[in-house]
Parts: sequence; structure tokens; C-alpha cells
Amino acid sequence: MGNVLVVVEANPDGSLRKATLNALGAAGAIVKRTGGQIHAVVVAVDARPLAQAVAPYAVSVVYTASGPSFEHGLAEGVTPAVVAAVRAAKADFVVGAATAFGRDVLPRVAGKLQAAMASEVLSIEGTGSDFTFTKPLWAGAVIGTVKLSSPIVVLSVRPTEFQAPAAGSAGEIRELQLEAPAPMRTRFLDFKQVLSTRPSLTEARVVVSGGRGTKGDFQPIEALADALGAAIGASRAVCDAGWQPNDLQVGQTGKVVAPQLYIAVGISGAIQHVAGMKGSKTIVAINKDPDAPIFTVADYGLVGDLFTLIPELTAAIEASK
Amino acid sequence: MALKILVTAKRVEDSESKIRVNAQGTGIVTEGLRYKLNPFDEIAIEEALRLVAKHGGEVVAVSVGSKDVHEQLRQALAMGASRAIWVNQVGPLDQLAIARCLAKIAEKEKPDLAILGKQSIDGDQGQVGPYLAEMLDWPQATFASKEDSLESQAEKSKTPALQLSTDGKEITVVREVDGGLQTIACTLPAVVTTELRLNLPRYASLPGIMKAKSKTIEEFTPATLGVDATPAITLLKVAAPPERKAGIKVPDVAALVDKLRNEAKVI
Repeated sequence: MGNVLVVVEANPDGSLRKATLNALGAAGAIVKRTGGQIHAVVVAVDARPLAQAVAPYAVSVVYTASGPSFEHGLAEGVTPAVVAAVRAAKADFVVGAATAFGRDVLPRVAGKLQAAMASEVLSIEGTGSDFTFTKPLWAGAVIGTVKLSSPIVVLSVRPTEFQAPAAGSAGEIRELQLEAPAPMRTRFLDFKQVLSTRPSLTEARVVVSGGRGTKGDFQPIEALADALGAAIGASRAVCDAGWQPNDLQVGQTGKVVAPQLYIAVGISGAIQHVAGMKGSKTIVAINKDPDAPIFTVADYGLVGDLFTLIPELTAAIEASK
Repeated sequence: MALKILVTAKRVEDSESKIRVNAQGTGIVTEGLRYKLNPFDEIAIEEALRLVAKHGGEVVAVSVGSKDVHEQLRQALAMGASRAIWVNQVGPLDQLAIARCLAKIAEKEKPDLAILGKQSIDGDQGQVGPYLAEMLDWPQATFASKEDSLESQAEKSKTPALQLSTDGKEITVVREVDGGLQTIACTLPAVVTTELRLNLPRYASLPGIMKAKSKTIEEFTPATLGVDATPAITLLKVAAPPERKAGIKVPDVAALVDKLRNEAKVI
């Protein structure tokens, strides 16, 4: 026993979302202790292609649920299918990535199962039935260790904290036998995608983020991001002011990122923001205030006016290509 | 079409307070901490008040906890909620127990809409809204936001972002999801949870504060609601997060590029 069911997520174009692989990594950390199996569930209009994409990643069985009520991944529609997969997999753990989809669907699944849940899990510790999980509390000001005592437990895991497993031989794909879906009371109307030719914020190798210091002028940051092939991020102040789309907010309540290189430009470094980027390998801070808190987490700090320094940095990087 | 809206008013540590681990590592230092209304709940209350201002109806604020939560309920009342419900529970609570209490209250009150903060800023769990929706078998719209910025005219005129259909049977919600904004419509009754950028909550006015004093706070306990509040989550230990070593300041761009290339090897 001790099986884990991983809830698979698709990108808007239908491809497998990388964060799902990180969730599979977390599932691996659980079954290493329980000796159980990893199962996965794909709930989509046509689940089969996604099931084939995920099957090679140390998954014993991929359950599929296909149907029109699963379009757009609405929680009301997806939940009964995930719960059916929990039963079929005899899972004691339900795991998904702490993405917008996971944060929407997983607690609803937990509600259906009357299961306790830990959100934004950072690590899995303990042995046997003595499992504990660590998670951020108070916007990451402290890390709590929690124990969940319901028969089934649900976890949303922070993708940046778990390694994706290596691909191997493909697991079995099995279609779920579902009851006829209840009529949906949630209707999808529209999706306004933030279209960008840049890499996705949560998956980019380099992120350049701008804060209040930009005064809303992101042109220098965009040029630097282009030179580095980087994604663009923003602080909460920038998104609140409507200078950049909300989707670009890095922080505890926005996106949590852990790129190889994070460049914080004109960002003071509020704890809320730092919680979303401190897992980055190398952090650079550029700020005109030498006492800005961002410098206490930065590997390399540069004090000065971003409107002078960023074009200079962009030129230096362009020149060295 | 008058709306009855249930909102939550959780008491949390003020995010301006310094959160530190206590000497035993079992929790945080509570001495000298200030408390306030969970900011996401404040946004939920504001949205409910705007909806009721437009469509008529009433806002009922609920909080679960010790008598201290009266402070947050009074704030909700001072902002403009009509009345409040207090679920008296001293000691640890988890999200399941809170959602079960809210579900029982929703069954009694039969609201058209429950609006909750998407998470509270202490436990950062973000579970109660979807838990509640599933327990009541209602549709849910999490992470409610809007396309207009918080500096827009729509925000200045306190227009509700949630759109009630003309027949009053459906609410349209713009959700902040990964990759953009999704718009969905939920048949009422429904659960909505609020994002940061849904609105800028009002301050309680002095007349509001005076009026709040005469508004009623009805009391329940988990037991009188028929809820088993035994927590299924135990917080065993609290620790400071791993610190990042503060690095160095470099004098100029050339030095920075050199460090990034030759020391960190990231460009």
C-alpha cells in the first residue's frame, strides 16, 4: 500500500506541463518510503495523448478520463474524475503541483475525500506511517513541519523543490469507468492568454524582474531579457499599478521561480517577493538604494540607477555573444 | 434581485509584524504581535459590499476562533456588513474543520454567494474556499480578479468586478490563472475566492465604526453546529527558513559580467 496518485496538468496548448514532472518527483520521494506505486490521472477532452506523454515517468498506471465536461480544467468537472482515479489506484496520497490549476482542483478533491491537505509542500520527511511535510507559513517567514492524520492525504507541492524523474519504460494506460457526469454549473467564457515569445516565467533558465524602481518603464528590462533569452517577472507593486500583467508577479502569492539566474531590477525585496525567488541559483540585485533588503539575499549587488546600468549591462552581454 | 452574501473574516498576524520562531521551535513568538483582518478576506468583504450596493441584499461576516475574532467581525461590520456570526472555538483548527463550520452556517443562512479570501496569510493553505464549495456541492470560482487595474476608473468608482447576470442566476468571474485571465460563469449559489487585485478595500468610516457597535454577533460553537473540530493537521515544528548568504557588492557592470561569467558561470 502507500500508493500515490499524481494529478496531471496540461499547458494551454495541450502538452504536458513540466510542473507535473516535479509532482511525480515528489511522488517518488513518498513511494521510496512506503514501497507503494505511483499512479497518475489525466482528465481532459481527449486524455490519451497526455497519458502517453506522462506514462514513461516511473508511473505504474495512468488513468484517463476523457469528455467535454473536462475542457479548460474546471474544478467542478475535473474533481469527480480525479476522485474516481483515487479509488481505482487505491491511493493514500494525492499529489499535484502547486500551480493555479492545482491550487484550484486539489483542495476540492480533498473536500470530496474529507482529506487533510498540505499546500506548497517543500519537502517530504519521516518514515513509515510517520510522514511529515514541510511548508512555508507566514509568506515563507518560517517553515512549518506538519503531520496529516486523515486516511487519505492531499498535497500540493512546490515544483521548484522536487526534481523531475528520468523517463523509462512506459506504464500502462487505463481508461476510468465513470458515471455520467452531473450537469456543469460552471461555464467557461473566455481565456485571455498573455502571449509572449519569451520563455515561460516558471520554467526559464534566466529571469529578469522589475519593481517599483522602473516607474513602469520596462523597456530596459525587456532589452536585457532579450539579450539573455530570459523571462520577465515583476514585483507586486508593478502588477498592482497595472504596469505589467498579473501573471508576471513573482512572490509568495504569485509565481515561485528558481532559475539559474535571477536579476532583480529596482525591487526593494519585500519578504513576499523574496519568498518567490530565493530558491534561484544566482541572484543579482540592481537598486539605487544601497540599504534595500534585496541585497541581503543577492549574490551580486550593484548600486545605481537602473536606467543607466541596465542598458550598459545589456550592451556588455550583447557584445560578448 | 437582492443578494445574500456570506464572507469570511479571519484573524491573522499583521504582515508588518516580525514573524519569528519561538525558543522551543513549536510556533512563533506571539509577544508584541499585532493582529488584523486577513487581507484577502478584506478584499472579499469589499467585493460583497459593492455587489450589495449595486443589487441590494445583505452581507453576513463569519469568523471561527476565540473571542479575539470579535475584533475582525467588528471591522467587517464597520466596513458595512449587516451582521456577523462567530463560531467560538479555542485551540487549534484546521481547514477541514473551518470549512465544515462554514458549510453548516451556509446551510442555515442559505446565501446566494460565499466570498472568501483565496488564502489566509498565516497558514498560506488556500483550501477553505474549494473545501466549502465541494461540501456544499456548489460551483467555485477561485482567484477572482479583474482586467482593470487598481488605478482604473472602474476601481475608483467602486464598481463590483463580479458580474451578476440580469436574471440574477449566474455570476461571471475573471480568474487569475497561469498564463493569463480566464473568465467563467457560475450558477448561484457559488463560492468565490479573491485575489489581490480584485479591489482596494475601503477603510471603516467613523459612523461605520459607531454603527457596528449596535450590530449583532450571533454565536455558535462547532458542537452546536454539529461539527467535529478535531484537527487532522498538526503543526509539529517551526523553523527559520534556510538563509541565503548575503553576497558581495560589485563596483560596476564590467565586474558584474565578469562574476556572472567566471564565478557563477550562469551566462
